[in-house]
Amino acid sequence: MKSLAELQAIRDRAKAQLDLRKENPNAAKVLVGMATCGIAAGARPVLNAFTEEIAKRGLTDSVTVTQTGCIGICQYEPVVEVEIPGQEKVTYVKVAPEMVARIVNDHIVHHNVVTEYTIGALK
Amino acid sequence: MYRSNVLVCGGTGCTSSHSLLIAEKLKEELRDKGLDKEVNVITTGCFGLCALGPIMVVYPEGSFYSMVKLEDIPEIVEEHLNKGRIVTRLLYQETVEDDTIKSLNKTAFYEKQQRIALRNCGIIDPEKIDDYIANDGYAALGKVLTEMTPEQVIQTMLDSGLRGRGGAGFPTGLKWKFAAGNQADQKYVCCNADEGDPGAFMDRSVLEGDPHVVLEAMAIAGYAIGASKGYIYVRAEYPIAVKRLQIAIDQAHEYGLLGDDIFGTGFNFDIQLRLGAGAFVCGEETALMTSIEGKRGEPRPRPPFPAVKGLYRKPTTLNNVETYANIPQIILKGADWFASMGTEKSKGTKVFALGGKINHTGLVEVPMGTTLRTIIEEIGGGIPNGKKFKAAQTGGPSGGCIPAEHLDVPIDYDNLLAIGSMMGSGGLIVMDEDNCMVDIAKFFLEFTVDESCGKCTPCRIGTKRLLEMLDMITKGKGSLEMLDEMEELCNYIKVNSLCGLGQTAPNPVLSTLRYFKDEYIAHVVDHKCPAGVCKDLLEYSIIKDKCYGCGMCAKKCPVGAISVTGYTAPGKKKPAYEIDPTKCAKCGVCIDTCKFKAIIKG
Repeated sequence: MKSLAELQAIRDRAKAQLDLRKENPNAAKVLVGMATCGIAAGARPVLNAFTEEIAKRGLTDSVTVTQTGCIGICQYEPVVEVEIPGQEKVTYVKVAPEMVARIVNDHIVHHNVVTEYTIGALK
Repeated sequence: MYRSNVLVCGGTGCTSSHSLLIAEKLKEELRDKGLDKEVNVITTGCFGLCALGPIMVVYPEGSFYSMVKLEDIPEIVEEHLNKGRIVTRLLYQETVEDDTIKSLNKTAFYEKQQRIALRNCGIIDPEKIDDYIANDGYAALGKVLTEMTPEQVIQTMLDSGLRGRGGAGFPTGLKWKFAAGNQADQKYVCCNADEGDPGAFMDRSVLEGDPHVVLEAMAIAGYAIGASKGYIYVRAEYPIAVKRLQIAIDQAHEYGLLGDDIFGTGFNFDIQLRLGAGAFVCGEETALMTSIEGKRGEPRPRPPFPAVKGLYRKPTTLNNVETYANIPQIILKGADWFASMGTEKSKGTKVFALGGKINHTGLVEVPMGTTLRTIIEEIGGGIPNGKKFKAAQTGGPSGGCIPAEHLDVPIDYDNLLAIGSMMGSGGLIVMDEDNCMVDIAKFFLEFTVDESCGKCTPCRIGTKRLLEMLDMITKGKGSLEMLDEMEELCNYIKVNSLCGLGQTAPNPVLSTLRYFKDEYIAHVVDHKCPAGVCKDLLEYSIIKDKCYGCGMCAKKCPVGAISVTGYTAPGKKKPAYEIDPTKCAKCGVCIDTCKFKAIIKG
């Protein structure tokens, strides 16, 4: 270790994993439906895509990604709920891994709900 | 990137209830289900709630599973980790409230705690230096080496008000200042990890759960006093701690955080382990250093103090594990932050090892000035089976017993001394109405008699004579004069012993004499043990009118002391039994066996 910058680099690299082990009541929450219906519809890659995207953007200290059970709209799985403190909960349906980056960028980072992916956009 | 972290406690408590097998099983199940790339299993240090082990916490949900069994693992993996359905049934029930799950930090055990020394225990993987660095590890060493002069470091320690956590409470900054002020070609930094008090295990938890914090703090001390070498004197009876310390030292070397030219500043520091072979006296500073030198661990007179002539007769600073665990945080957050916690003369927090008659056996860290009542009744969850609190023993064999009347005294170094006990390393043993205080004093004296090194006469012979008197009292052979003699001898040993072991050895006797003299009097005058502990003063007997004559007690009695009589109580069909006191071994099996509560002791 020859400089503080080296230490900082290691710290930055390792911090994301550690953030996951702290409870943060003010964090935004991404809840991915992972009941049998969700898993069958492909929720696992969606869940992992969220985890990767959050880590990539260095948001691990302000956003938690968790699983949840079936919320009763199995035909629309994979279902993802996004809760940002102080804002109304938004439910995204039929989420695919390709949609994840946009939800994170537009909704979680810039607070613009991606309306066309939400349950309200379904006909 | 893992989506979920499962922390399994790998402290000694949980390890002994097979937490490492649980971690293995978890990994195996996750592999079978193809989840091993998504879910990370980490073996951590102690969570503190040892009574509920094996402990397992799943993040990001923060679900706290207690007393986990191997056969629960497949269900937790399938339901929780695969499908996201927390297995509420297996959670620590205090975290479950109706339909919602409370955060661990909101439970009675954790809510009143403030974790500084234990901040990484139960969060990081102690065998991964990256985990420590991620939680600001080695940042304090970086700051000290690049931004501060040794004088500034010492001033920060002085301003923080940190006092030695090993028990005596000497100001750490002052210790460093003395060592820094003495010029020599070589100085040393030592760490006292020879935690020997019966019932104390806070240092072990730090070493097992966060070994790097000790290395970092020792390097900071080395910079402050001008030392380039350090020794950690750790008990050989702590195999997990020894193993993790060695891993930590190797990793720190690999990263260049120990060794030569740390952070490119030209500062060199190296640390070696020394294993203690289990002598209590080696926790005394001069004996510890003598032992590191490879000699028989015996204390020597002070002065000269270690800051002048310590290890290999060079200036040395020696601090306790818990003291070191506070230091990096003080450097990073400032002396004012640390001094804002605690009481006027005792700053910061203190870790206590709760044991004895208490529901939540484990480790707690609270701000100085917290009352015993808060620790025992709120955090510790009170005394099991609705029994009444009698006393709390702090400071191990060097400390004393605190009676119920002092439950509301704010705990700090000076208050504990004032009520005849001492902080000690932080063992806190709770006793209820079933404990005999004379017996407790005798227990600790037996310990000090065994552990007295024998170098000085007051301790070697004095403690032996004390124990003999206590033994006579517990056998009903004492007298009131003996109590006075004992007190006189206690004071003599205190004043004349060479080291801390002897100087504090009479404390358990003195404090019980002070607060529980009535129990001593009951032993010497009435020849009774009010708590029913001292066997020689007990007599077991059968109340014949309650005896149904079933004979179960006679069958169970290991010495054949129970036989049938010719008397049949009114309303009973069989003749009653009786105990022959000359044969009775006072084991108590008959009392546990009798369904009719017909047997009493007293």
